[in-house]
Formats: sequence, structure tokens, C-alpha cells
Amino acid sequence: MDFDRIKEKLSILADAAKYDVSCSSSGSKRKNTNKGLGDSSGMGICHSFTQDGRCISLLKILLTNHCIFDCAYCVTRKSNDIKRAAFKVQEVVDLTISFYRRNYIEGLFLSSGIFKSPDHTMERLIRVAKKLREEENFNGYIHLKSIPGASDELMREAGLYADRLSVNIEIPTKSGLKLLAPDKNHEDFMKPMEKVKNEIIQYKQESKLIKSTPKYAPAGQSTQMIVGATGESDRDIMYSSAFFYKKYNMKRVYYSGYVPVSNDPRLPSLGSAVPMLRENRLYQTDWLMRFYGFDIRELLNNDFQFLDMDIDPKLSWALRNRHLFPVDINRAEKQMILRIPGIGLKSANKIIQARKFRKLTWGHLSRIGIASNRAKYFITCASREMELKDISSEDLKQIILKNSTSKFRKDLSPQLSLF
Amino acid sequence: MKEVVLKYDGSFKGFLTCIFQAYEQKLKVVEIVPAGEDQQQLFSQTEEVTTEELKALRVLKALQKKTSKNGFTRIKWAFLSEAPGIEMKLYEVIKYVFASKQEVDKDYSHPAVLYITDIAKQVGREKHRMEAFVRFRLTRDDIYFAIIEPDFNVLPIILKHFRSRYADQKWLIYDIRRKFGLYYNLQDTEYVSMELPEDMGISGANPEYFEEGEIYFQKLWKEYFDSTNIKSRVNMRLHVQHVPKRYWKYLSEKSPFA
Repeated sequence: MDFDRIKEKLSILADAAKYDVSCSSSGSKRKNTNKGLGDSSGMGICHSFTQDGRCISLLKILLTNHCIFDCAYCVTRKSNDIKRAAFKVQEVVDLTISFYRRNYIEGLFLSSGIFKSPDHTMERLIRVAKKLREEENFNGYIHLKSIPGASDELMREAGLYADRLSVNIEIPTKSGLKLLAPDKNHEDFMKPMEKVKNEIIQYKQESKLIKSTPKYAPAGQSTQMIVGATGESDRDIMYSSAFFYKKYNMKRVYYSGYVPVSNDPRLPSLGSAVPMLRENRLYQTDWLMRFYGFDIRELLNNDFQFLDMDIDPKLSWALRNRHLFPVDINRAEKQMILRIPGIGLKSANKIIQARKFRKLTWGHLSRIGIASNRAKYFITCASREMELKDISSEDLKQIILKNSTSKFRKDLSPQLSLF
Repeated sequence: MKEVVLKYDGSFKGFLTCIFQAYEQKLKVVEIVPAGEDQQQLFSQTEEVTTEELKALRVLKALQKKTSKNGFTRIKWAFLSEAPGIEMKLYEVIKYVFASKQEVDKDYSHPAVLYITDIAKQVGREKHRMEAFVRFRLTRDDIYFAIIEPDFNVLPIILKHFRSRYADQKWLIYDIRRKFGLYYNLQDTEYVSMELPEDMGISGANPEYFEEGEIYFQKLWKEYFDSTNIKSRVNMRLHVQHVPKRYWKYLSEKSPFA
């Protein structure tokens, strides 16, 4: 192995892959049954974290950053003057195995610029995955990118070796896509998603009848949307997201605050801030939708198109729906407890378990670990009730903000910072 | 009833034997301490408890019957925390479990149960961190080798994870704080104890012990770590929250050698 050459390629092709935020390695059921290398049946593991605080779980690289497309938002677009490189199939295999054996990673996330044709590119990606599974006996996690425009036949084959497949929709609306990636077609993104979804369903049904049916993309598929590159509202973004979850059984939709990579007048200029707070609020909304039983239309709708930046979306919803509160912690159903600001999934479960034994008081609740600075205004328990009925939502919001500290406070302050 | 302090050998079985003895002889236990540690109580009598497999097993079975699967795991993990006084907290929980008709290991309004739950969570977190942050280095005799120094005694509970993952390579994880390691020889895992040369280091790849290419893979990994970072989003506070500084010594991407 020529380490210096590999090192240079790694630096170029990891750098180009980093804007894909997904690094999840969970949700697969691939066990190490053949005394081979690796096991991805457990929960995902973050083996390190970048300085920007994101999990490093997979070796995330492009096979090549040569690309025939010229999408304005993308750093590897054809017209961008950057260093180009390409890995050989065997080089990616060796790198993955050597890193995995040292416990650096959970597996490989392989994407690629599109060279020659979508089919040609997809075929190369599959070759890497196939080699890992068949020659190296590798049971670790493999995430492959579905290349828009690749044939159905190749998409079917990809799922036989990969744990997860993803196509990044990148731009949440059709009009935005037309503006920024005129040579790409909205339908080209949907087609592989549809194909993978149908294959997953079919393989699942067959495996009920025939136990030896091979696994097909056991960790499902995911997609990503760039936030803040075009003028979409939070409502537009989250409605698209809800659509993908429903229509294509997505396991995850990722939101990626746009990092300026070009001086294109259609896009935020170089040096403008990455909308990280907005990204965070979108993820919170995503969680409310997937785990807390909220319908997206409750959180965002025609009257309410943008999320509050200064408070979390659950608190924001609760302040708009004061008539549903206070909730009696000792009697309410779980789905209502989950809707109380400051109570998460874990605390909700603990409350449900603990209240079987005795009536819960403020003392119990704070020891269980709820965020009482928010929750206390929305609940009653076995202790004396809070007298807050007459406070308006706007005042209540101010009280809560005053009594809590947010790590985002500096981004919200209307005052200019002097230093 | 006489007040006694029980002294045991520090093992989980030893601890369970103490529980058996406490019930069998109807003792009023005021402290349970591992051998080597001094007791705090001045006016009570000390009894040395000899670990007995059968007695321990009886307590274990009874506990399993009266707790949920997770509740039982929490008891074991809390024990591995080696926190001072953890034995009495566990004894308190076990008494509560045996005295109640229903399954009470999820009664989070009971102080001792909640305490055990929190400690078990800390142990679980340390277990997970070791599974994540252990960095193997390939030695000249073809063993993937890692040194750890965990806050809690997690080696027994990370065994399964590493065995199912690295079934086709020899590996050794050594806890230098507790002076024992776990070795997998392609068939079984066994606990081993050894003297490690001083200059082997927790990171780096001293060519006296490590395979020739080892240092290059550490360098490649560091290159990857640096290249995958988005500089316009740097957030060191979050970074350190995820990877607390006391774990940096394990990580080749943070190592001055790579």
C-alpha cells in the first residue's frame, strides 16, 4: 500500500463527503454468524466526534469526486476548480477492513460523484460492497448511496450487500431544484426510493415464508435536505419530510444547514453563517413527529409557517394550546404526558412506571429528571398546585426564558456583540 | 440483634454470599466492605464471609425471579461501579425486592432504586464508551492490543461485544487500573494478568512491540478525522461534551504520535 498516495486521496475524498450528515450505523440486524469480521446487530456506536460535534461512526468517503453534474449547492460540481481524485475498489476495501479491525469505525459509508453514467457509478459502489461481504466476510455496516438514474436491476443488487441505502433529495421543493440543479430531474430522485421501498417490502414478505431469504437493506433508507440554501419555509421542509417518512418508509430524514461553498448569486454568499439553530429546531420537530405522537400539521401549518427560534417546538406548541393543560401527572395517559414541555421519552416512561407505586410529588419528578423549569407550568401532581392559570402565554414564555439558559442565547440576542 | 460488618472478597459472588448470610443468620448488617478496605463502624463486629458458589447462586436465582430482565442487569452493573458504599445500597434494594409482592425494580420513586438506576446508567455509559473509544494496535505477534483505564470495572460486560465483533482476529484488552485483561485466542476469551513494559504506551506504535504498518494506519485515521471536520461549524464545547478529555489518551486521532 502506498500510504502517502492513499493519505492524499483520503484527505480529498473525505473532505468532499463530509457535507452528507448521516453517519448512523444503527438499525441493522446483521449478525456475525460465520466467524467472520464484524457484527452490526447492536445499537450504533460513535467511535469519535469531529470538532464540529458530529458523530464519527462510519468511514465516510466518496469513491471519486469527478462529477458530470453541475449542481450549484455542491462542492464537487463540475465547474468548481478543486483537486480531483478517485479510489480504486480494492483500496476502499483495504482501508475499511484495516480501520474496522482497529475499532475505529462501524463500517463504510460510500458515496460518489457521478462519472461517465449513473449506472457505471452505481456498479462500482456495488463492487466495493460485494467484495467486503463475499471476500472479506465482513458483517459490519455498509451504507451505499443510491445514484439517481441508476437502473432498477442495480438498485436491487445494492440492497443485497448494503445495510442502508440513501438518496439525498437535497432541495426540499421542485422549484428550488430547478433553480439550483437544472440538469437533475425530481423524478430521478424518487425512482430509486420507490424501488428500494418495494424491494424491502417484498423481501420482508418472502422471509416470512422462506427463512433463508437474504436480507435486503435491513437498516432501511434515508435522505437529506439542505436547509437555508433556497427560500423554503420550515413548513415546506417538514411537510416534505413527513411525505418521505410516509410514502417511502424512510428510517431517517436528515437536515443539513447549508454551508456556503460557492459564490453563485442564487445562493447565500461565502462566509454567511450556517443556520445551525434552525437545523436544531427542525430536528426537534422531526423527533416530535416520529416519537412523540405529533402530527406535523399541529406543529406547522398555514398560520404558523416558521418555528420559534427562541423556544423549542414542543413548548411553542404547548403555549399555543393552553386549554389542554395542566395535565395531572398521576392520571394522564402516556401520549399526553409526552406532550408536556420538559418531559422526554425516558422521563415519561419513568413516570408511568413510578406512579404505579405511589402518587408522585414535585420531589419525585425532579429526582426522576424532568426539566421542571419548563414542565412545572403545565402539570399538576400530588403536591400543591401551581397558581398560574391567569398568566397569558406571552408572559409565560418570558418567565420561562428568564429562568432558563439556552446554549443558543448568544445567537438570539437582539443586541450586537461588541467583540 | 447484633450489628455486624461483612467483609467479602470483592467479587459479585462474594457479595451475593453476604446477602445469603445476612438473611440466613438474620443479621443486622451495617456495612458490607470488600477485603482490603477499612470499615467505618467502630462498635460493631466484623465477619469475614467466604464466597460460596451455591449460596450465591440461590440468591441470584431468587433475584432473577423477582426482577425484570433490565432490573436484574441494573443490579449487576451498579455493583461493577465499585462506588464506595454501593453494597449497602444494593442490599437496600434487594431487601425491598424480596419484601414486595410485585416487581419493584422500576419503582423510581424509591430512593435506593433510583440511585441504583443512576449508577447503572453511569456504568452503562462507561461500557459504551469503552466499546467506542478502545483503539486496537496490531502487535508484532499479530494480536490486536488495547490498553484501557476505565472509571468502572467494565471489562466483564464488554466481553460479549468484542467477541461477537472480532471473531476472526486475536485481541487483548488490558485494564491497567485493575491489572487484568481479556484475551481472545480465536476460540475462547480468558482473563489474563501480566506485566506490561513501561514504554508500550497507551497510544503510539513503538516498533519494538508493534507491527511495522501500524503507525501508518494511525496516521491515516488522523487524516480522516481532520478531513471530515467542517471548519465553519466548529463547536469545541460540544466536541468535549461528547469526547471528554480524560478519554483522549486512547484515541489515535488525538495522539501526538500519529
